[in-house]
Amino acid sequence: MSEPILKIENLHKWFPLRRTITQILKGEHVWVKAVDGITFNINQGEIFGLVGESGCGKTTTGKLLMKLLEPTDGKIIFKGKDVTHLEANKLKEYRRNVQMVFQDPYASMNPRFRAQDVLEEPLIIHQVGETRAEREKIVRRSLEEVRLIPPEEFMGRFPHMLSGGQRQRVATARTLVLSPSMIVADEPVSMIDLSTRAEILHMMKTVQRELGLTYLYITHDLSTARYFTDRIAVMYLGKIIEMGGADEIIDEAAHPYTRALIAAVCEPISGKSNTIKEIPIKGEIPSAANIPSGCRFHPRCLYAKPQCQEEEPILIEIEPGHMVACHYPSV
Amino acid sequence: MEDTDNILKVENLKINFFTRKGIVYAVDDISFSLKKGETLGLVGESGCGKTTTVLGLMKMVPTPGEITGGRILIGGKDIIPLSENEMRQKVRWEKISMVFQGAMNCLTPVYTIEKQMMETIQEHKNIERFQAKKCIINYLNLVGLPEDIIRRYPHELSGGMKQRIVIATALFLEPEIVICDEPTTALDVVVQAQIINLIKRLKKKLGLSVIFITHDLATEAEVADRLLVMYAGKLVEIGTNEQIYGNGGPVHPYTEKLLKATPRLHEKVEELSFIPGTPPDLVDPPSGCRFHPRCSEAMERCKKDEPPLIEVEPEHQIACWRNYHE
Repeated sequence: MSEPILKIENLHKWFPLRRTITQILKGEHVWVKAVDGITFNINQGEIFGLVGESGCGKTTTGKLLMKLLEPTDGKIIFKGKDVTHLEANKLKEYRRNVQMVFQDPYASMNPRFRAQDVLEEPLIIHQVGETRAEREKIVRRSLEEVRLIPPEEFMGRFPHMLSGGQRQRVATARTLVLSPSMIVADEPVSMIDLSTRAEILHMMKTVQRELGLTYLYITHDLSTARYFTDRIAVMYLGKIIEMGGADEIIDEAAHPYTRALIAAVCEPISGKSNTIKEIPIKGEIPSAANIPSGCRFHPRCLYAKPQCQEEEPILIEIEPGHMVACHYPSV
Repeated sequence: MEDTDNILKVENLKINFFTRKGIVYAVDDISFSLKKGETLGLVGESGCGKTTTVLGLMKMVPTPGEITGGRILIGGKDIIPLSENEMRQKVRWEKISMVFQGAMNCLTPVYTIEKQMMETIQEHKNIERFQAKKCIINYLNLVGLPEDIIRRYPHELSGGMKQRIVIATALFLEPEIVICDEPTTALDVVVQAQIINLIKRLKKKLGLSVIFITHDLATEAEVADRLLVMYAGKLVEIGTNEQIYGNGGPVHPYTEKLLKATPRLHEKVEELSFIPGTPPDLVDPPSGCRFHPRCSEAMERCKKDEPPLIEVEPEHQIACWRNYHE
């Protein structure tokens, strides 16, 4: 792996909550700390997985990278340039480089656009390709890249004439028309049937290898993350609590939260229908408006000690490339 | 198997939808039985007829759908000829109840939990308010929720808590059979595992028989004692948990491929396999075996004749010509 293409430094996104009259008078602010200080790098040509339960801030992180949200604090450095705050004309250039595949292929496409129009629109917006014929050539090439072959057969179709898998291919093709260097994929297969899920991931991986792309793959599903990604970061309540190589995270998880997540995953193995599986975690995820003191995982942790309530652990390297934020990591 | 073991028996069930495009054969000639105290898993891709099958069991198939043939025997009695009134008074919720897909998002946002549960209980049981309240608290405790939750509104609760409330409501009238339609799909992994554990505990404690629907073979491995695999409105394989997930593995090519496409956490694979193509349009299903256009092992015969359900070993049935010997 070469130079990092993207550097995230101490990124924060706090959303303000409505305050009560006393809070206003006292000058107090109430925040939902969706993303609360995360730092990571994504290397050129790698697939980086961001994993966590709903509400952990993974989608907000994706939106911050897409510049759909303004960060509260911190820095985003893309290809050596600070892109944290961009003006409108620079933003357009940035977005040509960083594209996104959304979760719901049924909602992310205009039902009145044919596949060809869906793919051509970004070209028109970014003034790529001078004539219609030129643009059509690019559209055709992208459709071939996502294996919708022959492209002619799909170009005239409206979204309702495509299956879920085909829609997600068109959505991927839409990101490819602008030849980006990075793609943010937010749960791209969670709404797709199991039989085709593997096909879509396989296609995305092939495209990534062929074109040398970098992916940020946002998901709640550890089993696809293991198959699809090179490195994984696990998020909990707006913080990264563990990060490392995909295999390491799953086979040698050190943080109790990661271990609980892994224990909870269902596996297609026989003989478990009569046993009750114990998951080493307590209760449910607290609200991001009321983050526990010290280690934010301590109220749910089975191994919490007094230190965990007071002192917030920082992300430290326990093995080369394997970072964990826990006072008592299991090795 | 003696009939006394089977709490529910479905024979040649057919459900068609009469649409403008033509007749959709959503459930086409399905037979199976549910034993007392077991969990039967029902799996398949979206649109294969899982939900329609169980809505048939509740006699709640929405128009333009209709049950066009077969028998549904609950405790030996066919419920298909029953009128809507009889269904409502004697069968639905009392003998067979259901946790609907996405029901946790259908709680009334302006009612407290007590009020919505009270409404259900008073609709069906002629009891005093204070008794009903006692009953509600009882069931809330049973599904692992604290008592004070009855004063809360749905938006104050997490997805897992709402799902528990829906499960408690389905159990009010002490049914023998509970159908759970994708009860874990929209939940996080940890909550998913908790709900699965809850269903297992309740099953044991109350002696329930459960039909558990999901599209995920991995989830099914954790809950189902026996498994039914559906494809395009047809049953393609029935087997025990061991027969499907054990060393022998499934026999039908569809189940086999679906299982291979299911990612395993503790196994690093270079390439996940997948099933090419998409499920067929049920207005005009493929001739012969409905899976043949997507099957890599299809023979000439598969295109012409429909395979019957045959027994390959005790309790293990499949519908595939590959294993058919005359």
